[in-house]
Amino acid sequence: MVTGKVFKYGDNVDTDVIIPARYLNAPSPEELAKHCMEDIDAAFAPTVKKGDIMVGGWNFGCGSSREHAPIAIQASGVECVIAASFARIFYRNAINIGFPILECPEAAEAIRNGDTVSVDYDTGAITDETTGAKFQAVAFPAFINNIISHGGLLAYLKSRQNG
Amino acid sequence: MGMTMTQKILATHAGLPSVKAGDLIEAKLDLVLGNDVTTPVAVSVFDQAGFTGIFDKDRIAIVLDHYTPCKDIKSAQLCKTAREFAHRFGITHLYDVGQVGIEHALLPEKGLVGPGDCVIGADSHTCTYGALGAFSTGVGSTDMAAGMAVGENWFKVPPAIRVTLTGTLPPYVSGKDVILHLIGRIGVDGALYKSLEFSGEGVKALSMDDRFTIANMAIEAGAKNGIFPVDEKTVEYVTGRMSRPWTAYEADADAEYESEVVIDLSRLEPTVSLPHLPSNTRTVSEVRGMPVDQVVIGSCTNGRISDMRVAASILQGHRVADGVRCIVIPATQEVSRQCLREGLTEIFLDAGCAFSTPTCGPCLGGHMGCMAEGERAVATTNRNFVGRMGHTESEVILASPAVAAASAVKGALASPADLD
Ligand code: SF4
Repeated sequence: MVTGKVFKYGDNVDTDVIIPARYLNAPSPEELAKHCMEDIDAAFAPTVKKGDIMVGGWNFGCGSSREHAPIAIQASGVECVIAASFARIFYRNAINIGFPILECPEAAEAIRNGDTVSVDYDTGAITDETTGAKFQAVAFPAFINNIISHGGLLAYLKSRQNG
Repeated sequence: MGMTMTQKILATHAGLPSVKAGDLIEAKLDLVLGNDVTTPVAVSVFDQAGFTGIFDKDRIAIVLDHYTPCKDIKSAQLCKTAREFAHRFGITHLYDVGQVGIEHALLPEKGLVGPGDCVIGADSHTCTYGALGAFSTGVGSTDMAAGMAVGENWFKVPPAIRVTLTGTLPPYVSGKDVILHLIGRIGVDGALYKSLEFSGEGVKALSMDDRFTIANMAIEAGAKNGIFPVDEKTVEYVTGRMSRPWTAYEADADAEYESEVVIDLSRLEPTVSLPHLPSNTRTVSEVRGMPVDQVVIGSCTNGRISDMRVAASILQGHRVADGVRCIVIPATQEVSRQCLREGLTEIFLDAGCAFSTPTCGPCLGGHMGCMAEGERAVATTNRNFVGRMGHTESEVILASPAVAAASAVKGALASPADLD
């Protein structure tokens, strides 16, 4: 269960907005985090705190297949992203680096910027603590939960190999 | 409820009797692909995780195609990293300068992929092999690293859109016009997360090269994969190329499709995508005459031998218009050799084209034809995003080889019929 303050964005947030290509040549996660979202929300990087939650609309993370995008959001301290839908390769890349993302169109629409929201990864339950509204995302199957709790696909596979 | 072709392939590779859209599964991989841009990233992820072995040295393909022959020191370093990784593990399918071709033309040609396969590649146009009746999809570098390490990966089973093709293509209309037309109709996210499953009488009349072109651009509609049924043409293509067994899958009669799009091939016209989205389509007759600075004939979409033949047949006896640079890039060494054998190379040279060794080159604005501010290209490539072929103020119009060649002669966007 995680609880955090919401940074809310619209539809089609693309990978160039999440982390502009001009920063890809210095790809330490901390460096990427400093520039995360800066082209549409210069206030995000300076104000985001560990445990905050990002909410987006449809087709979140569309564009290139760069893994730097979920890395940048994760390194900024954001705990998870809730969106109406995710672009396919972003969805894979997020899970593969151990970064939780939840699809829930109702929550993505109703939750407001600045609300406090809690998320239960085991059940997929999302609660807007500010308004009291409750939403249900599809919970991660055990398999994906396993990848995320290991911190990513490679760490999960390695532990299985060693296991 | 029955399964689509894609779902059947995924079920088999996951060792499950059946799957349905939305299921998360782990599936065995028949081939894992990377190129000179994505492999080095996968190598560092692989090493960081502490893996010391790969799943199968014969089922990984590393194709150094994007910036080769290396255009600068940075690309040389990338190739070196990829090459050393291949040598470290004795990977058999490393394709380097002199043998290399553009990955998505090369792998089918070499028989490394075939019907019923489950393939991932750290390159978004990996969906090309759907032309052979394989499930293949583009992924990130972490996926490639995982695939190389354990020979499996996870997938969310996609729902499907059925694309029913009827009729036969008119002269000078090709697979490229079919896929541009489809993307124009459903949009760049029209098939997001989904399979595009092609079917219908019209499939039979399409050559394998047309099918490769169509499956190649499934990703431009947002699709996870595009897939064609296996027929005599597919069997003929893979026979003599593939050394391992393959399986033809068919969609169940009661397979579920989210929607259906019907395309009457006989009614299609030469079609182009104007800047800056593949879905921004027009028929050539609507927009002919737009001046052109450069023409590129090549890429994983349209660099195969039939593309070269069509372009040569149009350029024969003509000259590239003054002020136009026409760059012809066969997709593989084999296509290149075939161009020589058939006298196509000479036709290109006589017409005033530049004829290159196989490379992705200008397709992604890498080298061999980057554009300056304000310039416009007609290209047989697959993406016309802002800045794709060079300066952010340059433009790319996507077209078939026939339209590209005719435009090179006219010096402006033209249809082959305009030369008659
Ligand atoms: S030809 Fe273009 S689209 Fe195809 S693999 Fe190369 S860069 Fe990518």
